[in-house]
Amino acid sequence: MSTPNRLRSPLKRAIGLGSAKYGTQHFVVQRISAVALFFLVIYVVGLLVSLVGADYATARATVAHPCHAVLLCAFLVAMFWHAQLGLQVVIEDYVHAPGLALVVQMLVRFACVLAALAGLFAIVRIAAGASA
Amino acid sequence: MAEFKLPKNSRVQPGKRFPATPGAKAVREFRVYRWNPDDGANPRLDTYEVDLASCGPMVLDALIKIKNEIDPTLTFRRSCREGICGSCAMNIDGTNTLACTKAIEDCGKGDVEIYPLPHMPVVKDLVPDLTHFYAQYASIKPWLRTQSAAPPKERLQSKADRAHLDGLYECILCACCSTSCPSYWWNGDRYLGPAILLQAYRWIIDSRDEDTGARLDDLEDPFKLYRCHTIMNCARTCPKGLNPAKAIAEIKKMMVERRA
Repeated sequence: MSTPNRLRSPLKRAIGLGSAKYGTQHFVVQRISAVALFFLVIYVVGLLVSLVGADYATARATVAHPCHAVLLCAFLVAMFWHAQLGLQVVIEDYVHAPGLALVVQMLVRFACVLAALAGLFAIVRIAAGASA
Repeated sequence: MAEFKLPKNSRVQPGKRFPATPGAKAVREFRVYRWNPDDGANPRLDTYEVDLASCGPMVLDALIKIKNEIDPTLTFRRSCREGICGSCAMNIDGTNTLACTKAIEDCGKGDVEIYPLPHMPVVKDLVPDLTHFYAQYASIKPWLRTQSAAPPKERLQSKADRAHLDGLYECILCACCSTSCPSYWWNGDRYLGPAILLQAYRWIIDSRDEDTGARLDDLEDPFKLYRCHTIMNCARTCPKGLNPAKAIAEIKKMMVERRA
């Protein structure tokens, strides 16, 4: 909370910088990704269970199957998108030092995008039939 | 950053004890938060032994008895003593509520602990500074805003439309809900809080109000509205039995509805 300036009216302080006219997009995407993840997590857990005891070649072949490759990519995108949106809210809630908040928000976004890209790249590489 | 420890000069110290008069029949201890802006001392918790045999049934009755008969320096707000003015909102037995409608016998076993509303600046003892809370209320322009010309008589409303205001108009702005909300504790400078958002919804849903879009525009903000994470403390603590969380959810639904 910034230092109250006694010459400013309480209303001026309550109004602050006004409405950002933003927030609903974040709210909607967070919920859509949550619904997608509900189904995708069930699918991914099922896939992992089905691969228990399988050898490396079988696992590779399963991931390379177009249906599995597409669904796994969807899972990665939904998960890291949802994670970034959720962490953004946590940081907004608790980190109030202006510079620090900005830096942490940026780092979280970098980390989520990089992790998602790495995962997608691995799946595409396997699906495209790269040799081990 | 969110603060998890009170600053040094805000830590509550043990206070004085005021024993009951000899011959008291039904003694109950009240432990009350005391802080005086003029003496430079830390806040303290004073203990008052109150004879319930000669005291009214409500916590406010006990506070008034303490002020009248035991310690006139005890400072608190009260007015209507029947749950309609909201002045005596305070934290009693761990929950924000109105001292006038909270029965002493409904408080848990042992001492009755009384603090001012949480996470607000304290003016003195049990009196919190609600300036910002009231300013936030003013910021939503809580009156009928219209664009069509004024009719010769009143603006009419159907019974069905009037029913939408039930569960909203009863709010007395006592601030119990907002000061029970962790989101309001951490971000109260920007988050409007459950009480003000319930009041905002009261005008959004009013069939006679013609500024609905502008009202929603003013609320669409990551902090003003979307700090609500449906923690539900507001609904649990409301001394009038209202559900501010539901009003906030309705606002969020409208935000989605008008873009779909």
